[in-house]
Amino acid sequence: MLLRKIKEALNSLYEDVQEAPEVPEAAAVEPAPETETAPPAEEAKTEEGGPEQAEEAAAETPEEPAAPPGPKETDYRTKGYHLDVDLPPEKVVAAAEILNRENFFIEAVTGVDWIDDQQLEVVYDFNHFAELCRVVVRSRVDRSNPEIPTISHIYQGANWHERETHDFFGIKFTGHPNLEPLLLPEDADFHPLLKDFKA
Amino acid sequence: MNGLLQQDVNQETFVLNLGPQHPATHGVLRVKLVMDGEYIVEAEPVLGYIHRMHEKMGENRTWAQFLPNCGRMDYLSALSYNHGYVAAVERAAGIEVPERAEYLRVITVELNRISSHLLWFGAFVLDLGGFTPLLYAFDDREQILDLLESVTGSRLTYCYFRFGGVYNDIDDSFITGTREFIKRLRKRLPMYDALVTKNIILIKRLKDIGPISRDMCRRYGATGPVARGSGINFDVRKHEPYSVYSEFDFDIPVYEEGDSMARYMVRMDEMEQSMRIIEQALDKLPEGEIQPKKAVKLIKPEKGDYYHAVEAARGSFGVRIVSDGSNSAYRLKLRSPTYSNLSLFGEASRGMLLPDALALMGSLDLVIPEIDR
Repeated sequence: MLLRKIKEALNSLYEDVQEAPEVPEAAAVEPAPETETAPPAEEAKTEEGGPEQAEEAAAETPEEPAAPPGPKETDYRTKGYHLDVDLPPEKVVAAAEILNRENFFIEAVTGVDWIDDQQLEVVYDFNHFAELCRVVVRSRVDRSNPEIPTISHIYQGANWHERETHDFFGIKFTGHPNLEPLLLPEDADFHPLLKDFKA
Repeated sequence: MNGLLQQDVNQETFVLNLGPQHPATHGVLRVKLVMDGEYIVEAEPVLGYIHRMHEKMGENRTWAQFLPNCGRMDYLSALSYNHGYVAAVERAAGIEVPERAEYLRVITVELNRISSHLLWFGAFVLDLGGFTPLLYAFDDREQILDLLESVTGSRLTYCYFRFGGVYNDIDDSFITGTREFIKRLRKRLPMYDALVTKNIILIKRLKDIGPISRDMCRRYGATGPVARGSGINFDVRKHEPYSVYSEFDFDIPVYEEGDSMARYMVRMDEMEQSMRIIEQALDKLPEGEIQPKKAVKLIKPEKGDYYHAVEAARGSFGVRIVSDGSNSAYRLKLRSPTYSNLSLFGEASRGMLLPDALALMGSLDLVIPEIDR
């Protein structure tokens, strides 16, 4: 119940995200009903039409399992959480507001260094006191200029978690009231959990 | 801070440094206090004095090599940390655990929980000026340490769990010893109740002191006895049953008041519940293996991220694993409960008398190596 409710609520964040990738998809789907009478032949033709189109199709297929943007339900037994919400950085505050409205509590905020993609991922863990529902909100930022808005004004507990993430990864939480080192020494200018950190 | 400062704009405030070497902080925690006379205007915990970067260590050693680290964060309930870590890796790598091993895990974790609560009980009352209960509590706790030493080989920084099981089986002397201990503690708890809990000085020091609201717990992510003392019925063992906890009949003590007394009562009641779990587990203890028949040698979880939480003595301990399919973690996040529980101290202690704030701090049951990791 709670899972469905929060999924729907968080889905609203994807409304304008959806538009961009969905337009070509919609265009591709629309002709199908029109040519309902003889679809296989036409489809086959278009696919064989040119090497470029075949390449496009091949490029699209791996994306397809993750295709519709929106919160994804995950297998709790193997993963340990119910909902996986991948958002652009500017949407994270709105997501926290939605979760706050539904009385979720904050478990942790942390980062992951995806050095091969030149990106840093910020991961927010939420859970609910009344009903088991673990929601993971994640967002990727550019590794050379990692900035993401703070949620510490909504969840005060995020204050320390964000300071810690700043310590370890150098991610700047814009609007944070006090982004000083928390666990590292006060004059620390290094970020030990970056994969290219050398002691 | 601003509100109070503006109200008392004509009054002088001063900065008081509490810790990092202070008995009431139970380790190397420092609190920077802005004081208005005896009242706290602002309190800011300063962390990191015992930070060892366990999370980085998780990345540069294999899954199994990290096991001993688990006993060195929350050194008072190390087995819960063992449990959280192995359970997370087992989930990620899809390792099955024999039933007997799960029972042994539950029995030892619950014994460890009692020993942790006993130490907290003694130290907390010591904070409030009562010296004797500490000696009684340590006497009881010593029995548990002897029992756990006979199985795990260590008295404090346990490293007993393995992926897929535990490292050593229990024997009859452990079982009889544990039953005797439960009998003994059942006699001692009423004495603690009469001597300490009903003591008027203790009640005056704790009742209505340091109220923490439900909403504050939620906004800060406070869990464990802190949340349960604020009327939140949240215990990972019931909420998200892991291991074999769903097979036992036990209650979650919840107190509505949200004051230091409520948190005290939660922990005192929890000891009895842990004893109930241990008794049932000993009664139902199945025969069989304590490790998978085919030894778990190479652990390479599939790419992806995994989360597993357990109820440690101080609240929800979560392990987030990001695996790249190799034999060590790509990222290992350790979500420690007291870190979140302490983070509300600044807000909760505002406007309190300093000695009352120390009672509040004691009721949070802090273990600094676990906060700093």
